[in-house]
Amino acid sequence: MKFTWFNLMPWPYLPDDFREKNRSVWVDIDQRLFDPAKSHEVYNTYMDLLEYADTLGFDGIGVNEHHQNGYGIMPSPNLIAAGLARRTKDAAIVVLGNSIALYNPPVRVAEEFAMLDCISGGRLVAGFPVGTSMDTNYCYGQIPALTREKYAEAHELIIRAWTERDPFAFNGRYNKLRRVNIWPRPIQQPHPPIHIPGGGSVETYDFCIDNTYSYSYLSFTGYIRAKALMQGYWDRVAARNAPDTSPYRAGFAQTICVADTDAEAERLYAEHLHYFYNRCLHVYPGFADAPGYRTIKTIQAGALSQYAPPKGFGELTWKDLTEGGHVIAGSPETVRQRMEEMIKGLNVGNIFCLMHVGNMPAEKCMYSSKLFAEKVMPKLRGLLPECEGDGRFWCKPLAKRVTAGSLPAAARVPEHA
Amino acid sequence: METKTVETRAAPVRYLEGGAGKPLVYLHGAGGLTPGDPLLAALAASHHVFAPFLPGYGETEDCPKLRDMLDYTLHTFDVIEALGLKDPILVGHSMGGMIAAEMAAIAPHDVSRLALIAPAGLWLDDHPIPDVFSLLPFEMPAYLFHDAEAGAALMTAGLKMDDPNFLQDYLVRNARQMGMAGKLLFPIPERGLAGRLYRIKAKTVIVWGQSDRLIPPVYGLAFEAAIAGSRLVSVPDAGHMVIIEKPRAVADAIASIA
Repeated sequence: MKFTWFNLMPWPYLPDDFREKNRSVWVDIDQRLFDPAKSHEVYNTYMDLLEYADTLGFDGIGVNEHHQNGYGIMPSPNLIAAGLARRTKDAAIVVLGNSIALYNPPVRVAEEFAMLDCISGGRLVAGFPVGTSMDTNYCYGQIPALTREKYAEAHELIIRAWTERDPFAFNGRYNKLRRVNIWPRPIQQPHPPIHIPGGGSVETYDFCIDNTYSYSYLSFTGYIRAKALMQGYWDRVAARNAPDTSPYRAGFAQTICVADTDAEAERLYAEHLHYFYNRCLHVYPGFADAPGYRTIKTIQAGALSQYAPPKGFGELTWKDLTEGGHVIAGSPETVRQRMEEMIKGLNVGNIFCLMHVGNMPAEKCMYSSKLFAEKVMPKLRGLLPECEGDGRFWCKPLAKRVTAGSLPAAARVPEHA
Repeated sequence: METKTVETRAAPVRYLEGGAGKPLVYLHGAGGLTPGDPLLAALAASHHVFAPFLPGYGETEDCPKLRDMLDYTLHTFDVIEALGLKDPILVGHSMGGMIAAEMAAIAPHDVSRLALIAPAGLWLDDHPIPDVFSLLPFEMPAYLFHDAEAGAALMTAGLKMDDPNFLQDYLVRNARQMGMAGKLLFPIPERGLAGRLYRIKAKTVIVWGQSDRLIPPVYGLAFEAAIAGSRLVSVPDAGHMVIIEKPRAVADAIASIA
């Protein structure tokens, strides 16, 4: 099992009447609700929490990319990842990921990911999302019906940039480059492992299967509702005659809150879950899915945006959220049982643990994370014994890595040899 | 109106055909076209009307090969050629007007009569055009019609909204149509036409609904100023869907160049 501690980095100061007074947390959110001076502490606390997760023994720490978004103040996950690469020792740096169709040219992603891999000593896990419609189309202006073609070209360019050792010309439709020759290049060979976040499109299933990439479903609605979608993926894995059904071919994001008892979990965390589902997921439905962004085949298969649920998220209670599986919360034993159901039910080896929720203060987040790491994670580790050796979807760090901050205590006249 | 199909390099193209008289090609807007369109009926009284569907519209597949303004422009010339026409009266509404204006600018000797009805294609910073790609269906009528209530009734007439498949059918159709429209109109409906309008040599009439809240009438003045010798006809009590609300007035304006 690979457990990645994930922080979406929500803005924690959305007002109580946010939902009533604003039409969307994303794209056209009110600028005035962001306070740059307060963000100084928010950013540093969030990065501290990611670093803390490394000390707890999580396999990875994860960041992602959103734009103009009240629940994700990380337009550049690579900046955060660079800070984490310096201040952490063992955890994989999981950047899930860079929306590669948005970089001009996408060689930039090949370069920055290579830098992260070099600085971290080969700890990078690279994610290549198409990007949500909100980010890609409504914030960054990509033409919906051309987004996937542009994405596919960017992917080809990045993989070639990582793997070819001589300068090459790339005559793409969206990128014309005479000499692609990245410097630096990644430590991990042939390239860092790649995870692809998806939302149920058959094209993305096939893309992952054919390239041996891990398919990640980053859902906010939990493992019970994910069952049909993940089954669709595994059916496709079988239909395309993939050589195995290793659970590391799949990843799943799950909100998790742990306390001493179920009752304590409700008392401690209910308000933060309510903040997340009621305010952070308040997305104007007109931004959920630009026409042309999803393929016709995908719509016909019934995969719709998770950002425009028919009844909204606003009215969900603690009971709804925990019993419906949106959230796994409770005592260590309750959480362990639910996690086991999820891992076995979905056959997923990569778990993106959303341990920070909404406006949760650092103290509660540390408490919940520590309980999970000490009382839940060890009992789940042995769940997939037959696949433990499958390293295809995880990073392969250098055996000997330097420690950041190892300069001599003071400058002195160098000794000449 | 009869529905027929003609082959082009990009895709098989469905088109409506009817009426008798001088040949006229009508290019529809982003909302599409139905055989019962009142403007087509009015035009068919005195013209031989051809109204091709853009691929993705009228129950046809979307066409990945058409990506940008030039592709759409040349594709529409291919359609005209495939229909066996030469220099027909060229009429376009909204997105169709954008394509028609582009055609007349690119090949000024092949387009001698041009009617632009509330065309897209220009952008004035002081008069931003609302983003149709993020409007919800129930928000549309207020932007499209002079009489929003009557417009809403028109837009929902005949829709089987209690059919369980309605939403999926709607989403598929919307993705096909607006996905194709988005290549010209998303996120800002401007692809450099302003720099090419000077090339137009066609006798040109521009028609605008006075209460157009999608592309405000000030854009009509901009088109008129940019196309030498053009004439702007302003239609009262009509919005962006002037073709539905005042088809007779639009047909009369078109008759003035024919």
